[in-house]
Amino acid sequence: MTTEWMGVIVTYGITVLLAIPLGKFLANVFKDEPNAFDFMKPLERLIYRLGGIDPSREMNWKENLVALLTINALWLIYAFVLLLTQGSLPLNPDGNPSQTPDLAFNTAISFLINCNLQHYSGESGVTYLTQLGVLMFLQFVSAATGIAAAVLLFRSFMPKPVETVGNFYVLFVKSITRVLLPFSLVIAMILAFNGTPASFDGKDTLVTMQGDTVGVSRGPAAGFIAIKHLGTNGGGWFGANSAHPLENPNYLTNMVEMIAQVVIPIAMIFALGFFINRKRFAWVIYAVMTVGLLMLLVPTILTELGGNPAIAHLGIGQPTGAMEGKEVRFGPLASAYWSIVTTVISTGSVNSMHDSSMAMSGTMELLGMMVNAFYGGVGAGLLNFYYFLIIAVFISGLMVGRTPELFGRKVEAREIKIASIVALLSAFLVKGGTALAAWFFIHYGDASWAVKPSAWLNNPGFHGFTEMLYEMTSSNANNGSGFEGLGDNNFFWNYATGIVLIMGRYIPIIGPVAIAGLLARKKYVPESAGTLPVDTPTFGLMIFAVIFIITALSFFPALTLGPLAEYFSLK
Amino acid sequence: MAKQLSSPNRTRPGLFQKELIGTAIRESFIKLNPAILVKNPVMFTVEVGTLIMVLVTVYIGVTGDTTQGSLAYNLSITFILLVTVLFANFAEAIAEARGKAQAESLRKTRQETPAKVIRPVGEYKLDEVQTISSAQLKKGDIFLCEAGDIIPSDGEIVEGLATIDESAITGESAPVIREAGGDKSSVTGGTKVLSDRIKVMVTTQPGESFLDKMIALVEGATRQKTPNEIALTILLAGFTLIFIIVCVALKPFADYANTPITIAALISLFVCLIPTTIGGLLSAIGIAGMDRALQANVIAKSGRAVETAGDVDTLLLDKTGTITIGNRKATNFYPAPGVSQTDMVRASALSSLADETPEGKSIVELARNGETDVTRNLSTTGATLIKFTAETRSSGIDVPLPGGESLRIRKGAMDSIRAIVQRAGNVFPSEIETKANEIAANGGTPLVVIENEAVKGVIELQDIIKPGISERFDRLRKMGVKTVMVTGDNPLTAKFIAGKAGVDDFIAEAKPEDKMNYIRREQTGGKLVAMMGDGTNDAPALAQADVGVAMNSGTQAAKEAGNMVDLDNDPTKLIEVVEIGKQLLITRGTLTTFSIANDVAKYFAIVPALFTLSIPALQALNIMGLHSPESAILSAVIFNAIIIPLLIPLALRGVEYKPIGASALLRRNLFIYGLGGIVAPFVGIKLIDLAVGLFI
Repeated sequence: MTTEWMGVIVTYGITVLLAIPLGKFLANVFKDEPNAFDFMKPLERLIYRLGGIDPSREMNWKENLVALLTINALWLIYAFVLLLTQGSLPLNPDGNPSQTPDLAFNTAISFLINCNLQHYSGESGVTYLTQLGVLMFLQFVSAATGIAAAVLLFRSFMPKPVETVGNFYVLFVKSITRVLLPFSLVIAMILAFNGTPASFDGKDTLVTMQGDTVGVSRGPAAGFIAIKHLGTNGGGWFGANSAHPLENPNYLTNMVEMIAQVVIPIAMIFALGFFINRKRFAWVIYAVMTVGLLMLLVPTILTELGGNPAIAHLGIGQPTGAMEGKEVRFGPLASAYWSIVTTVISTGSVNSMHDSSMAMSGTMELLGMMVNAFYGGVGAGLLNFYYFLIIAVFISGLMVGRTPELFGRKVEAREIKIASIVALLSAFLVKGGTALAAWFFIHYGDASWAVKPSAWLNNPGFHGFTEMLYEMTSSNANNGSGFEGLGDNNFFWNYATGIVLIMGRYIPIIGPVAIAGLLARKKYVPESAGTLPVDTPTFGLMIFAVIFIITALSFFPALTLGPLAEYFSLK
Repeated sequence: MAKQLSSPNRTRPGLFQKELIGTAIRESFIKLNPAILVKNPVMFTVEVGTLIMVLVTVYIGVTGDTTQGSLAYNLSITFILLVTVLFANFAEAIAEARGKAQAESLRKTRQETPAKVIRPVGEYKLDEVQTISSAQLKKGDIFLCEAGDIIPSDGEIVEGLATIDESAITGESAPVIREAGGDKSSVTGGTKVLSDRIKVMVTTQPGESFLDKMIALVEGATRQKTPNEIALTILLAGFTLIFIIVCVALKPFADYANTPITIAALISLFVCLIPTTIGGLLSAIGIAGMDRALQANVIAKSGRAVETAGDVDTLLLDKTGTITIGNRKATNFYPAPGVSQTDMVRASALSSLADETPEGKSIVELARNGETDVTRNLSTTGATLIKFTAETRSSGIDVPLPGGESLRIRKGAMDSIRAIVQRAGNVFPSEIETKANEIAANGGTPLVVIENEAVKGVIELQDIIKPGISERFDRLRKMGVKTVMVTGDNPLTAKFIAGKAGVDDFIAEAKPEDKMNYIRREQTGGKLVAMMGDGTNDAPALAQADVGVAMNSGTQAAKEAGNMVDLDNDPTKLIEVVEIGKQLLITRGTLTTFSIANDVAKYFAIVPALFTLSIPALQALNIMGLHSPESAILSAVIFNAIIIPLLIPLALRGVEYKPIGASALLRRNLFIYGLGGIVAPFVGIKLIDLAVGLFI
């Protein structure tokens, strides 16, 4: 048991130790200060020339958002077309078919927006061409989109009033050339040397001891799995994701994948601190997020180590904890850690089946996605945190008797309007989507769809409700992990989650970037003794309270009817 | 200066006066009109909920169908929801009623009074005095006031001088002198002329005076939401929308869980969750803020001005009257080398005999109190008085001597006098210079006296700093407000007094444009600046400042330029205004926090109540151990309703501002209103449930 605990603690420790210098490096890259990767400049210049981009041009928030959305729209069309036609395109050694329009729509969107919901299975649903040319490509660009959008916020924290907030294209290109590409390469090498396939050959076959012949899917997976984690994408090469022995062969690769997915989200916090030269503020954000993580992680680990009460009632001892749906090579502790890490940040890769998590763990996983700002996805975490920050600044500003201000800029009606819209969006998408699903399930169970609504759920009752809630929450959070046990590859779920995915991605980007753009050009009021400092534990507590209250108020009834009802029934 | 804010005829009303409550209750019902209520989105949704419940109740009453719960239960919920709206309306109405009462007492001072208007009549344009009612006065009219008359309207003296009793407005019983020209030419309607006679020109159209504007603001008729209030309303509307989503989604969720949810339960949950507490009290808080300003005898031209005052970073204060008591007093005469003490004192006294300024009087007084009264044989018959001007920075007297000669005596600041002396080719003794600097360094003001351009000596004037003023500056510093002293003194004196009084900065030898430049400079740095002024030459600076408080005694121009008028003419009033502004924001912030924090307990009351019948395991969430689902819902709704009237006193009085630093204040308010907001409803709902349980 001590070894298991040590494994998790060491993993987290290494992550933070890497994240701090990485944060400094990121700040250097985005500030255009000399850094170790300047040798990439010729490549970047080539990209700018090919794209007709003027890298020296500063853009305001609107221009940046137009750039971001336009290029994303192009990728969506590109991905959609290739997935629809992949069956007749090259690099398809296993002869997999083209995707149906609703599945292609869902898949294209979910990879475009860094979610990777995957209503298909990697072995049979896509080809090597689409795995690499569409999905892996999108894993890179969606992560870079998130990072670039988050960096657009940084100027609003700085003393000088500015009209422009940066150049999205430049931030985007540099995120890929200097961060995602080189670091993915390192991770891919480690994975490949530990047994993850990196080959263009089709299925291998092996004969089991029983004499059956089994086809084993392979492919150029190592690179894919590297960016899948580094970019908090989470979409697996294989259907079983990182529980699959080829996707995550051993404890070392498990550690590498766990580190890879959290390192950039944490580094982004420190990058903010270095960029605006307010390290204390970065540490406050880090502390708030880490406390949040621990509040979800500790109950999960304890529950999983405690084993399943239903089995305990049978009089069966569970010395290793709850093992249903878990890999023996990782054990319940590393699996519990992964399940929380992958849900608080928006990776959504799994190394155990969340459907089999204990009810309390399920609650924590859901909460992680509902908050979606404890570290959060690459870039997306800071973007989400930003609107909580604005609301916290507003309420606490009033509470100390001063027109609310964030780093010397007054937070007024327009900013609050945008922050409120983004804050209520989660509740709207998750609860609205789940309500719609529940409505169809109950009232139109026999609708003549390809998959009848009444056949969606493997487990009716509270657990079935959690499955639907989880799918919507995961989509809204752009997480992409599935509770599974839900028949989701059909018309309703592909389109419903597709819409939730788009709105859950772009509105939380547009909102915070707009607020930042509005704030950045406001008059800067120097701090005085009456200003409420935001880099203090007190203000950290305030942000935490705002996050807690908004999330609790939005989701308490839904959690009650799903995992909490299950938890109390099992107890 | 510690003046009572209330005067005998304008007592501060208690929080709930009987006569006000009657009006407020009547108003609460009038405000049920949806067209009025829609301005408050939170309470409007409660009214819509109430309406739905009325329909449900009528339906049950008519059909006897009890699938939606019993008639009595639905009736109770409907009633409580209605009461919730009424309570919120009452909060606003009582604040308005108090404001009106406050305004009414001010208005009494402008009862119909006869006005002796001067009209040019007849061919020869002979002025004739007609007596008309004050209501008929128009802007530009000139009226006459003699001893014993009540001044019928605000205006500016165009001719004459009078002592005036302003106690009706300020509560200060000592009469004041107002005269034509200069900075003390303004008179206020309702005040009484005690002596002499003045001609006054009406400066405002009836109904447009500051007081009329303020009355309208307090009454709520023209009250516009301030920027912070608008932002808060948006945030509250956002929360309301979240809860609409939560409640609407609950219906299919409950269908899935095979749990019938009654309309009453759903609407109760919704009303409990939306921030009704702050929603109901928000406008009352705003009105009460204006009302508090009025109680401090400050007339604000807009709510925004009061709110801005809370944000002020820099405060410009005149030294005289604000930091030091009234005026400087002469304390010592120092003769120049070779000049006898008597000679020096006599020259000094002579220079000041006709000087009506307090400094001048104090010089004469000190001269009289000397060992020998040198003033006895002095005469100023036929003398020419040389008045002090900002340019010459000296004053004096020319006394004709027999033989056509005249004795030219001047006194003034050292540098201006030195210029005169040196221009005449005389030597300015270095001893005098040393002495003058010594006096200045000790906070005194040196006045050099010369006779026929030869230095006679130096008079020491000393400032007396008001007791308790440095504590007030300390308080301001803790609030984050920088204080700046404005004075005409030389830099040495200014520095000494600034240090002694504890201001952060000073402007010495200030000319009107220095004030303006200082304000501009601060504003360029992003600071908000407040200042107080009275004179016409203050008007540009008052207009430039973010918060400009004009003294009521000041000129019309100054009053027009500022955004507040202080009826008491009390320069330290700015400090109160800043605190009122802060209090306004704090009250809103803390009650919002309290309101939202309340929801945690309400969830724990209502959510188990909704589902325990079909999911018994959820009884575990009923941590308050409430009696039954019906009693739980009723208790939550009742708590939600009665918390509004319970908080009205706090909303009207305002949450206390403590200058303990922003972080400490946040901690304190988070603890009281955040943690308190979570705990209080657990206790409250449980207690109400115990009582309700007796009837169910």
